[in-house]
Amino acid sequence: MAEKISLLVNGGKITADAGVSLAAALMNAGFVRFGTSVMAEPRGPLCGMGICMACRVQVNGQRGIRSCQTPVREGMEVVLDA
Amino acid sequence: MSISSGRVIVVGAGIVGAACAWYLMRDGHQVTIVDRAGVGCGATAAGMGHIVVMDDSPAQMALTRYSRQLWNDMAPQLPASAEFVPSGTLWIADDAEEMAAAEKKAALYKSCDVDAVVLSPAELYAREANLRPGLAGALLVPADSVIYSPCAAAWLVNDVCSQGGILIKNAEVKAVRDDCVELRDGRVLQTDISVIASGTSLAELLPQFPVRARKGHLVITDRAPAFVRHQLVELGYLKSAHATEADSVAFNVQPRATGQLLIGSSRQYQMQSAQVDHGILQAMLNRAFYFMPSLKELGAVRAWAGFRAASPDHLPILGPVAGMAGVYVAGGHEGLGITTSLAGGRLIADMLAGRTSAIDPAPYLPARFAAGSGRERWHHG
Amino acid sequence: MPEPSTPVESCDVLVAGGGPAGIAAACTAAASGAAVILVDDNSAPGGQIWRSRRKHPQKGLAGDWLAKFSAVTVRRLFGHRVVAAPQPRLLLVEGPDGAVFIRCGKLILATGARELFLPFPGWTLPNVVGAGAIQALTKSGLDVRGKRVILAGSGPLLPAVAAHLKHAGADVAFIAEQASAAKLLRFGFGLLGRSGKLRQAFTLWRRIRPWRITPGSWPVCVEKSESGLKVVIQSGVARHTLYADYLACGFGLVPNNELAILVGCAVGSGGFVQVNHENAASVDWVYAVGELTGIGGVEKGVVEGQIAGSAATKQAVDRVLLRQRAAAVKFAAALADTFALRAEVRNLADAQTVICRCEDVRLAALSGLQDARELKLQTRCGMGPCQARICGPILQLLGLPGQPSVRPPIQPCRLKTLAAQIKE
Repeated sequence: MAEKISLLVNGGKITADAGVSLAAALMNAGFVRFGTSVMAEPRGPLCGMGICMACRVQVNGQRGIRSCQTPVREGMEVVLDA
Repeated sequence: MSISSGRVIVVGAGIVGAACAWYLMRDGHQVTIVDRAGVGCGATAAGMGHIVVMDDSPAQMALTRYSRQLWNDMAPQLPASAEFVPSGTLWIADDAEEMAAAEKKAALYKSCDVDAVVLSPAELYAREANLRPGLAGALLVPADSVIYSPCAAAWLVNDVCSQGGILIKNAEVKAVRDDCVELRDGRVLQTDISVIASGTSLAELLPQFPVRARKGHLVITDRAPAFVRHQLVELGYLKSAHATEADSVAFNVQPRATGQLLIGSSRQYQMQSAQVDHGILQAMLNRAFYFMPSLKELGAVRAWAGFRAASPDHLPILGPVAGMAGVYVAGGHEGLGITTSLAGGRLIADMLAGRTSAIDPAPYLPARFAAGSGRERWHHG
Repeated sequence: MPEPSTPVESCDVLVAGGGPAGIAAACTAAASGAAVILVDDNSAPGGQIWRSRRKHPQKGLAGDWLAKFSAVTVRRLFGHRVVAAPQPRLLLVEGPDGAVFIRCGKLILATGARELFLPFPGWTLPNVVGAGAIQALTKSGLDVRGKRVILAGSGPLLPAVAAHLKHAGADVAFIAEQASAAKLLRFGFGLLGRSGKLRQAFTLWRRIRPWRITPGSWPVCVEKSESGLKVVIQSGVARHTLYADYLACGFGLVPNNELAILVGCAVGSGGFVQVNHENAASVDWVYAVGELTGIGGVEKGVVEGQIAGSAATKQAVDRVLLRQRAAAVKFAAALADTFALRAEVRNLADAQTVICRCEDVRLAALSGLQDARELKLQTRCGMGPCQARICGPILQLLGLPGQPSVRPPIQPCRLKTLAAQIKE
């Protein structure tokens, strides 16, 4: 079994395997909508490789972090649709 | 001289040409607009879209104040895409000396019937929390605004076309004569009047005018709603930054309707390429960080550079061209082209209609650059 | 109060991209004794195709090259992306610790390709993803066990992804390949001359046999359903409605040519960087390798990486490699022909379909604009944070003016990175 780490997403705790990407961790925890478009439509990851910017979330206060290119870290504070 | 319902060709579909065409259409002229690319693709897209009263000279004050009024009157008609935001301008005072300048400016504005309010540091921070601590205060000019100029130009052009006007895109003008405009593709468009509003390429058609290209850089950020609420400009902009021939930068940050921030500004002369110059970009951003350190962490989406058409006395050139019957010029608006476009178009329409204008058009007439006047040359300082 | 000045790292060869082509280029250049730096956005070597979270070594070509790469002396900057090129031979790079300048003698571009996305009603819904995307996400930890996936698109990526998903425990419900059965057959016969490719194809076929690929079929629209997605698939004259957790689409690949254009390299049709027989680009200090010069897969990338790695360090280029390259380029052409997109799938968007996802620009807004710059300025199409990487190729596919302008930063970065000044 992989080492488990925990992170806070919109104030709630989720756990993930160490080494997974933040996007994968969020999807595994049941998050489908990562944000809303400028016309308030729901959006989630599209390209999975750092290009489309659709999976960007706020991490530890920093906006615009591409969750698909970001490995999870213990204690990360994540805000979706910030 | 009064010409009504004549054929008019406007060369240039930037904000200046669009404004001329719009007012001429309203006077009943049959208007054709010709542009070598599309609508608002030149200097119109290279500027911030700040609609602002400026007071470098009484003539500049008169023109910008009049034009701002025209914009504010037009605002309710503008489509959402024009992103008109009545943000006001905050002129930021870095120190006591600049605060004294703010007080003086306030008095001048009030004497010209322009609303202006001096803000204490506390009042300033209540409005703009992301500015660095320790500033001396600011001058608020509440009726200034910001606009997305390419779509404002498109609205004006579309309105002209919906009234029977014609837009010819991707057509380069080769020459302008008294009674016609010749295109590079060989077409000759007959006309009674032509208005040359071709921006930085004015000299290609009318080399007698000392208009030259001034390069400026802009950076746009990711969406960061409410990070900034007013157009912010440093007062140093007036006393030093852009007065000389040397390359210069100034703190100039604008909130867009999208929630993005547009960051300027830079001035360079004698540049050929529109490529981004990293040296001046760094200087410009570091100037912005000096006033607003928290900008550093925001995401930059795009930087770009463009050219504005500058005249030696920083006033636009509006009126008939000597020795060319029926040819008018509307150019040299420099960094204030968005602001002054409407007044410029209105003045040109007044001239063609033989109407008395709301402001005296004399300071902007092309005749001031007649050979031997001495004003056709560029001065330093 | 300027930003503290930023250090400059220097190298003989800078490799941009850590996929197969970049790894081969870096290894080959380093073998000459040259100082090599490799920059890649991902957190580990391998790019998209050799991406893996597994600790145990991969087999075959991937294992060989990854092992080789771990043994050579190359400065590795993973989690870093190039954002600007302030001067010739000088790149501005952003990493987790901020800005870095890299001065290089030669630059080898191995920036790979991204998926081509096609707009159709519903394509912006969450859980409608790229085919390569679902593979990349799975490799980085997405749990697809028991998830129902519909794969749609075109090309050899589809069976590869299907096999991968099956291995990861997904239920691959349908594979819609837009190319006709006749085209696939012709392509299959073409493989007979290439034993390696045929063996690969056979292995893949054995692994995905429980689901048939349905040629001549494609998604028409997708909606949100109670439990997931409701997908309508056109298959010949018939339409099927299927339900799934994910719709993963891969309609082809387009080159990541932004850095190449930024440094001034000439690009040809399809956006591929133009190179000579040694993979030198039109700018004398730049080489381009892999998918950037034509979509041809791992073998082409590895061969071209070795060629450029040799050429950039003035080593003699192995003639065998040049022969392999010629064959790989021929294979790339056959791929492009077989999986060329049919008109029906290019025109699935309706007037209200979003084309630019960043700015929510719909197809209806784009009509009547003939100039690329005017289209962008008037509609905001391509102005968002992906910088037209998704909508740019779509505009071209739809026959709309969309030659994108490339401006710094070529990836969104922090303002302070853009303001970085060189420490002299």
